[in-house]
Amino acid sequence: MYQYNENDQTLIDERVAQFRRQTERFLKGELSADQFRPLRLRNGLYIQTHAPMLRIAGPYGLLNSKQFRKLAHIARKYDKNFCHFTTRQNIQFNWPKLEEAPDILAELASVQMHAIQTSGNCMRNTTTDHLAGVCIDEIEDPRPYCEIIRQWTTLHPEFDYLPRKFKIAVSGSQRDRAATQFHDIGVHLVKNAENELGFRILVGGGLGRTPIIGQVIKPYLEKRYLLSYLEAILRIYNLFGRRDNMYKARIKILVKETGLDKFTAMVEKEWQLIKDSNELSESRIETIKAFFAPPAYASDAAEDTTFAQHKTNNPAFATWCKHNLAEHKVAGYQAVFLSLKAPGSPPGDITDTQLDAVADLADQYSFGQIRITHRQNLVLADVKQQDLFSLWQYLSAINLATPNINTVADMICCPGLDYCSLANASSISVAKEISETVDDLDYLYDIGELKINISGCMNGCAHQSVGHIGILGVDKNGSEWYQLTLGGSSENEAAIGDRLGPAIAKDQVTKAITTILDVYIKQRHTNESFLQMVNRVGITPFKEQVYADH
Amino acid sequence: MQIIKDKQLIANNWRYINEDVDLQPGDITVSVDKWKKNKQQLLDHAGKIGLRLRPSDSTDEIAEDLDKMQLIELDFPALADGRLFSHAWLLRRRHHYQGEIRATGHFLPDQVYYLARVGVNAFNPEKAQDLPAILIGLNDFSVTYQPSIN
Repeated sequence: MYQYNENDQTLIDERVAQFRRQTERFLKGELSADQFRPLRLRNGLYIQTHAPMLRIAGPYGLLNSKQFRKLAHIARKYDKNFCHFTTRQNIQFNWPKLEEAPDILAELASVQMHAIQTSGNCMRNTTTDHLAGVCIDEIEDPRPYCEIIRQWTTLHPEFDYLPRKFKIAVSGSQRDRAATQFHDIGVHLVKNAENELGFRILVGGGLGRTPIIGQVIKPYLEKRYLLSYLEAILRIYNLFGRRDNMYKARIKILVKETGLDKFTAMVEKEWQLIKDSNELSESRIETIKAFFAPPAYASDAAEDTTFAQHKTNNPAFATWCKHNLAEHKVAGYQAVFLSLKAPGSPPGDITDTQLDAVADLADQYSFGQIRITHRQNLVLADVKQQDLFSLWQYLSAINLATPNINTVADMICCPGLDYCSLANASSISVAKEISETVDDLDYLYDIGELKINISGCMNGCAHQSVGHIGILGVDKNGSEWYQLTLGGSSENEAAIGDRLGPAIAKDQVTKAITTILDVYIKQRHTNESFLQMVNRVGITPFKEQVYADH
Repeated sequence: MQIIKDKQLIANNWRYINEDVDLQPGDITVSVDKWKKNKQQLLDHAGKIGLRLRPSDSTDEIAEDLDKMQLIELDFPALADGRLFSHAWLLRRRHHYQGEIRATGHFLPDQVYYLARVGVNAFNPEKAQDLPAILIGLNDFSVTYQPSIN
């Protein structure tokens, strides 16, 4: 993974010093709340229901064991012994004190971490595939380009006060696991007709109040133009994006109102004027790529026979292997999902002791690295098959081996009304009730892949509009109601879910979900997934049953 | 009131002339509208002239007149309006403007490092007590990740 040089370290140390001065000026009354807001946001600090919330960047979701131990330490010393992983591969603390935030950032800087631009109307953490570098369908490892984009976006002097937040995601595989079609800019590694590697650039995707699927603005871009093309898009957006209404300020609205053709022409015109000035050199790409070179895989890993024996002898282990592993490009290795969706625990939360334990397991079994997935789980990406049985036993002991990846229980869930000052309704308690109701694993496996996403408000942090089933909390005369959608997807076949009908009361949500699942089980074709069935039959059969009693 | 120019405290000799006010002798800036309406009068004016840009102005519109300007003021109506950062960049890189670019209005000392990087070389804050903080802010960082004007 990328290692900071002296310049990188100087930059984040100076950032900590800057934020310390800003916090002191605010606490002394020299900065008003309005003046301090954009400054603290650009350092990840929100003011929440109970306390500030600090969002820390997980650069394209990749962390090392030392960084995990630091997160554990921060959870113990400055928070209530836990933290939360987000859909954009970031880390959130829910209980830090404002006056201690500079100290937390200094602790993070000591392990090459920061919270720069994790909120505010600026370019955010660049995200990617959690299986980057190890998956079997990869065209090229996207992480070197993520790092190049990370550096370019960090403290960019021209684009730090955009009309609204701006998110970039990069995918290097055939299967899109990074929701790139729902980002302000999506970057795909592709090959052209001459078999050369370059980028396809998408623009104007987004979730939130107005979910829109991104459109291709550049079918093929030579690698050397990556940063100049991004610069051209950002300059057009910075100059022409709407600033009169925050709900219409994202680039998706600019693209929609301008029209893709005209918007593309504006970007192309700008790009022609700058394309030769900020070229990405082959040597720079190679320098960054070297940081992501494959680790020293054992050449005899596939010769192990114990893995198969353990699966035969231990059905629980076999079940976990079936659901929580992903195929690895190197024979004898597997990528392992650590489920943060154990029954009863808030989706995406992890305790300090679990963080420390995961750090130890990463050191022992997976070259000391851990990835954060956009579905709020963790991945140890490089585990030898002969180590899987021991790893599973350790993970079971710390409650991170629930075999429910990609099942109904693997819900994406925002903090909701429990923590977030924007929320209209709670989401954690809804997720909890659903997971407790569908806790029978055989039932979950029978249903198969089904993604439920639950957001506590229209801002849609849990991506409810692209959930196979989306649940959106709304406020109705001071009580919590929920709007259901069906058929959304953030993967290759990107789709925005259709509204099932009127919002339903909180105590009816779990019943509605089980009704939807029953309809699926009764009416599905052989081997037909939930999403495939919704695409085949539409929402009517589900709607009829869910609203039958109304 | 004093301002900061090229990292030095200096006296400000410039005055902004409002839309509805007659031109006055001395070094003055006017809005793009006033410039367009009173071009000849301003060219004949005894003293230096400059323009005050708002975020919604376009640098393309004034590109041909820049050689007559000795100051371009970027007037921040709110600290979060980032268009002026692009205007500064465009003035320097696209339009090769060599004169003074001065930030004025509601910007924060915390933004001057970025403003300096996109080509702003003078700062006229709302409150004189922000001047020391601006001098500090100009040195917030000693390293950068991307090219810009500076």
